[in-house]
Amino acid sequence: MPRIEETSLPGVGLRFDFTAEDGNRIGVVHHRAGRKELFVCTAEDPDAAVVSLSLSDDDSHALSEALGGSTVIANLNDLQQRIEGLAIDWLSVDTGTPYAGKTIGDARIRTRTGVSVVAVIRGDQPHPAPGPDFLIEASDTLVVVGTPEGIRSVNEILTGG
Amino acid sequence: MDHGALLLVELGAVVLGLGILARLASRLAISPIPLYLLAGLAIGEGGLVPVVTSEDFIEVGAELGVIFLLLMLGLEYSAGELVAGVREVAPAGLVDLVLNFTPGLVTGLILGWRIVPALFLGGVTYISSTGVIAKLLKDLGWMGNRETPVVLSILVFEDLAMAILLPTLAVLAFGGSTSGAILTIGLAIGVMAAAIAFVYRRGDWFGDLVFHRSDEVSLLTVFGLTLVVAGLAEGVNISAAVGAFLVGIALSGEAVARADSLLSPLRDLFAAVFFVFFGLSTDPREIPGVLLVAVLLGVVTAATKVVGGRWAASRRGIGRAGQQRAGLTLVARGEFSIIIAGLAVGVPGAEDLPALAAAYVLLMAVTGPLAAKLADPGRSRAAVG
Repeated sequence: MPRIEETSLPGVGLRFDFTAEDGNRIGVVHHRAGRKELFVCTAEDPDAAVVSLSLSDDDSHALSEALGGSTVIANLNDLQQRIEGLAIDWLSVDTGTPYAGKTIGDARIRTRTGVSVVAVIRGDQPHPAPGPDFLIEASDTLVVVGTPEGIRSVNEILTGG
Repeated sequence: MDHGALLLVELGAVVLGLGILARLASRLAISPIPLYLLAGLAIGEGGLVPVVTSEDFIEVGAELGVIFLLLMLGLEYSAGELVAGVREVAPAGLVDLVLNFTPGLVTGLILGWRIVPALFLGGVTYISSTGVIAKLLKDLGWMGNRETPVVLSILVFEDLAMAILLPTLAVLAFGGSTSGAILTIGLAIGVMAAAIAFVYRRGDWFGDLVFHRSDEVSLLTVFGLTLVVAGLAEGVNISAAVGAFLVGIALSGEAVARADSLLSPLRDLFAAVFFVFFGLSTDPREIPGVLLVAVLLGVVTAATKVVGGRWAASRRGIGRAGQQRAGLTLVARGEFSIIIAGLAVGVPGAEDLPALAAAYVLLMAVTGPLAAKLADPGRSRAAVG
């Protein structure tokens, strides 16, 4: 992956850009107000944008979706930034876990760590908002929300604590 | 009609006229500032339609206009950007200062003015228009260009320089001993450095304190606070404009993005009133006498901006075409030149300055963006809104 360079645009926002394989420079200007601007510079005059598109928040999400990025993760990252001290993590359940075949309630994750399991991903299938009677299986991925310390404890619990 | 009714009708007519001019400016894709100035020239003393009843109100509105312009300017920059601005572009910023301040200063002295009014003219020719240039970069889709950070950094440097220049000129203009002047300038620099250092260390603390989830609370708090600080700054001679700029710098954080939508309409209204007031207090009959000087000064200071901008861009490894764009973008002068000239009203020996500054800004606010547009390469740009 090419290195993405970050440049401050005083009074405007931030610019991220990189040089693509074909020599064009591609970048996005993040305006303070939230609008984004996608631009392309050709190798002919690498300093000048020949194409520039103004994108609303929704447009940017649609575009990253079309490019194969996940809007869900972007949104979660957003959430994480908005609430200070709140962390979201994806924890995979190893085959050796003592909780395989037991319920979320049995693991008493919330009582012991204050961390909530907001979803379980099994294979490609997400199970949002699982109840305490939801059975954990080996090779599940738990999506958890809580403090960073809490999440570390959950990881220890799952691996045998 | 009684006085109250007349005031409303007259004021309404002026603002309505500005609305029509702003519409025209948008249609012609030019800055509305020269049109506002022309409107002010047309309606004041010696103009076509004398406006008398609402002049007091317009005068207060004009003061608010300066305060809002500087407050919003301060809000646009984060402390980190200001520090980086000074650190990274100091050589280019100083070259820009020397190249563009000198022509105004020298012209004033050639015209036989005293040193103080000549210094004001130096300020008028020095500072590029942040407002006109920001709009230009957006309209031309140049935000992603590699020379654009250079242009923006030079603007940051100029804006900080202005915050020192304004109190300096104010002290020089209105008497005050040399030691008093040095004290005021030291105070201005000290307060500004303290404000920047505070935000740099404490981050968004002040912004979080002032802004509220209710727009009404935020608006009233910010407005009131800015006026109080601006008034206090004026009281200790470091000028209301600088006080407002400081408040803008001290406020930072997420809420500031919202402040933009909250305060921009007020800024637009009062800034328009400010330009009209400047035109209003300038006698249009003096313009023909200074027009030739304004044109010559315009040609020289367009060239000096281009030279300075090209050099700044070349230092960052920008190609020739980009250097040219950086130079031409910086040519536009506007609101800040008028603010400096406005400060000189009533200064002994500066009688010709308002007319010259008005003619100069009329020229530069229109030709600056046109010059930059000529440097626009052929492009397949989709609509940028």
